[in-house]
Amino acid sequence: MKKILVSPFSRRSFLKTTGALVATTAMPFGMRSALAAGKLTVGFVYVGAKDDYGYNQAHAEGAAAVKAMEGVTVIEEENVAESVDVINTMESMINFDGAALLFPTSFGYYDPYVKETAPKYADVRFQHCGGLWKEGDPSNAGSYFGYIGMGQYLNGVVAGHMTKSKKIGFVAAKPIPQVLNNINSFLLGARSVDPEITCQVIFTGNWSLPVKEAEATNALADQGADVITCHVDGPKVVVETAAARGCYVCGYHVDQSTLAPEKYLTGAEWNWPSVYTDFVKKALAGEPIDNFVRGGLTEGFIKMSPLGPSVTEAAAKQFEAVKAEIMKGGFAAIKGPLKDNKGNVVATAGQAFPETDIALESMDYLVEGVIGSTN
Amino acid sequence: MTDASALGMWGVPLAILGGAIRVSTPFLFVSLGECLTERSGRINLGLEGTLVIGAMTGYAMSYHSGSPFIGVASAALAGLVFGLIHGWLCSFRHVNDIAVGISMMIVGLGLAFYFGKPYIQPTAPRLPSISFGWWSDIPQVQAALQVNVLFIAGAVLAFLMAWMFRNTRIGLTVRVVGDSTDAARTLGIRPTRVRVLATAVGGAFAGVGGSYLSLYYPGSWSEGIASGQGLMAVALVIFARWNPINCFWAALLFGGAGAIGPALQSVGITQGYYLFYAAPYVLTLGILVATSSTERAMTGAPGEMSITK
Amino acid sequence: MTNISQNEAAASGRPPALPSWVIARIEALAIPVFALIAGAALFSLFLMTQGKSPQEFFALVWRAAFSSAFSWKNTLSHVSPLLMAALCVAIPARLGLMVIGGEGAIILGGLAAAVVGASCGSIPAFFGFAAMVVAAFVVGGVWIGTVGALRVKRGVNETISSLLMAYIATAIFNQLVESVFRDPASLNKPATMPIPDALRVTDLPFLSTHWGVPVGIVICIACYFLLERTTIGFAARVTGDNIRAAQIQGLPVSRLVIGFTGLAGGLAGLGGFFEVSAIYGNANDSLISGVGNTGILVAFLARHNPLAIIPVALLLGGFEASSGLVQRRMDLPDATILVFEGCIFILVLLSETLYGRSDSLIRKILFAGRSK
Repeated sequence: MKKILVSPFSRRSFLKTTGALVATTAMPFGMRSALAAGKLTVGFVYVGAKDDYGYNQAHAEGAAAVKAMEGVTVIEEENVAESVDVINTMESMINFDGAALLFPTSFGYYDPYVKETAPKYADVRFQHCGGLWKEGDPSNAGSYFGYIGMGQYLNGVVAGHMTKSKKIGFVAAKPIPQVLNNINSFLLGARSVDPEITCQVIFTGNWSLPVKEAEATNALADQGADVITCHVDGPKVVVETAAARGCYVCGYHVDQSTLAPEKYLTGAEWNWPSVYTDFVKKALAGEPIDNFVRGGLTEGFIKMSPLGPSVTEAAAKQFEAVKAEIMKGGFAAIKGPLKDNKGNVVATAGQAFPETDIALESMDYLVEGVIGSTN
Repeated sequence: MTDASALGMWGVPLAILGGAIRVSTPFLFVSLGECLTERSGRINLGLEGTLVIGAMTGYAMSYHSGSPFIGVASAALAGLVFGLIHGWLCSFRHVNDIAVGISMMIVGLGLAFYFGKPYIQPTAPRLPSISFGWWSDIPQVQAALQVNVLFIAGAVLAFLMAWMFRNTRIGLTVRVVGDSTDAARTLGIRPTRVRVLATAVGGAFAGVGGSYLSLYYPGSWSEGIASGQGLMAVALVIFARWNPINCFWAALLFGGAGAIGPALQSVGITQGYYLFYAAPYVLTLGILVATSSTERAMTGAPGEMSITK
Repeated sequence: MTNISQNEAAASGRPPALPSWVIARIEALAIPVFALIAGAALFSLFLMTQGKSPQEFFALVWRAAFSSAFSWKNTLSHVSPLLMAALCVAIPARLGLMVIGGEGAIILGGLAAAVVGASCGSIPAFFGFAAMVVAAFVVGGVWIGTVGALRVKRGVNETISSLLMAYIATAIFNQLVESVFRDPASLNKPATMPIPDALRVTDLPFLSTHWGVPVGIVICIACYFLLERTTIGFAARVTGDNIRAAQIQGLPVSRLVIGFTGLAGGLAGLGGFFEVSAIYGNANDSLISGVGNTGILVAFLARHNPLAIIPVALLLGGFEASSGLVQRRMDLPDATILVFEGCIFILVLLSETLYGRSDSLIRKILFAGRSK
């Protein structure tokens, strides 16, 4: 294994401390008593429609896998806003349906909603997707997420080979750390092929705005971007519009290859069925669930869409090579020397932020080569 | 797309032109529908709901039948039914047409989302477009001039409607009813019937506008497909002074203004994008404020319409 | 016109056996109830075409919205902003103005409260609260007051301008929250700096709902007195009935319009203040919740009567609260509640036609349109 700089907050050491601490406290009594009856009710909360070809669909596929498990009842609710609504929904699931394990799946549900609700229901487990559970947060809450930036890096590697204009494009919702990390990873992946490549980003301002997403995609194509990816809740519109403009596309959230069979290169996908069934198995067996769980390609938290028919041999070769490298663990997309697009140093020579580095989850910059602004 | 050279700042006017053509069609159809309705003396604020119902019906029927044109026809039919209900409800005494519009909007959104769930994921056949950019070698120009058949139909409809209002018996009837119920009665016209029919046809136009959203641009059905196009069209009709040809220009202007946000970001003007996205609304409000007056009645305003009384 | 007063409706009726005010009172109570039942019946028909049981639906709505302490908490959490949003529609409606952009005043008022609150940590809580309330009220009031001013000074239609300004307000809100007012620590969900704990509105004693609900109810009652029992309120109603007559009588129409729209917007801004101070603790895009639009529904169902807004807001809040349970138990889409609300809204509007002529009800329904 390559020698890498590990930040003091790296995942492994973090898990060691919190995992030990949690083992004694995390097993909720309610779940135990619910289990005694031989039934565990699991609630999934989605921020949008659950067949959006994107973020929510990825989670709903996970929920479907849980549904197929023995001794589990799954309840779901769609279109729950990141507001006091999600508190109402979670409490309703607990009070009316006896849910003992909740998956509020949207990023914005954690702070303050999950954090405020969890202490009131000590025997219910709140597993939040994306949030940053940290020491001092309720012990019956937890957060999990995947290093999907690595997926965007791999998207970038393929994009770097396929672009002729040396200009790639990214349709993004909001400049928050997750999105910025994806944009940076996409460009750095492409620059690992050709350091001349630039990435144009357009922010639409919100997670699901079909007309603006289509306009943004067209604007990117107008400026000569010929490989496009995105981070919005439902990438369907971006994928189809980009393909219609003759651009290649890289997917996000789920496999969108059926939407653009010829132009789809690959895509960064969530693999929630494996993660969710794992959590539920643990709950059924009465084992504790860690409060802070992260995983990448290696742990089966994310996966890549199969390479599309247009991908060249050279691109496929490097894609597989980099993927193998990532699978070994400790891979860093952000590594020095690296500046952001305002000229500030984000990593000095020799400094690297591996995928597991917590610092990446508070990213607030776009790297050099990305045309766009964080506010 | 071999020569995908960047256009630089030229991309902005081109994007505005392309955006105007791409984005304006729903505004055009809804505003033409609203124009017809308002000319008869009613206002239909529920066209947002009709638009969404049209988008959903169009997509679903295109998916089931395999023909996007059947989709458009179904969308028109759904819009017609909605318009008919609106017109019928408003023909009761003391029933406020603006409020009925809001309630029909809620019903329209509710029904569209209710029945639209199974169609979010599938892909339906889309409407074709005609390329008017063959004369240019620049792919961006070619792309901007990909013109959808509905846009052309809408443009033709605008001119046809203007001609109809001026030169035909139907047009005259609608105008008379819109200007004075009493005058219409003395002429032996039944105002309520004319208004119900005008509202119904206006609804059908809005339905077609909705089908453009789901079947061409952005070209898929989702619950976020409409973002106020139906409501905005009501504003557009007012600043178009109830003239169908002006509706056409107003829709183009509004569509073009909507393209400013993404286009500026794509050439590197990246700060303040929320404000650029609000450009169409600021522009519309500005024009309304500049052209309105308390001194004279608004030119072209139908006398019987509650909103101008 | 929207505000058909009961007197007018009664006056246009045929000679009754009872005094007209008695009939008007009976109608004012019986017709909305009748409309509610008819709306529910229409929706039941819809459910039956979908192969779902209306009984189960209404039982679930009852259970989720009103059956237990938790249900009430859920319901009341929707009520506070609804009251203010509805007043923002009902007050201008008295002047015959149809303002539908209250959402803009709610979010900008909330933003103002959050920004002021975050910078008032060092002064006594009383003054801090006062500053937040004033900021929210002034910003909201100026926003909708502008709509009124544009109406009287420039003749710009208030429905359209308030709608446009709501879109513009959203853009301004997002831009400010994500740039100058952004708390650098709000990484995943851009928000303004948190307001200090001392300036958070607390829950009521013994109840898990915050002070926004009782304050909102008191404001509704106060508005009722303002509109029904004061000279200003009377002047407003005269203006609403006939603006030209009001001008001829020398009423200060311009000042009335600007004052009432300003008051309406200020109250909506106050609704934003409660959302920020009681629930979010900062301003973020959760504030853009569409409650302004539900408020339109409440105002119309209440026939722009501030007292009636209170029970109607409770009812609508209950419907919104039951959406989740209906979705999970009956396997119905979340839009079901929207269809339900729409059905009730339509029937309530349709029932407007009954006021003053309830005796000839059936004939009118059957021969609608032909009688004109």
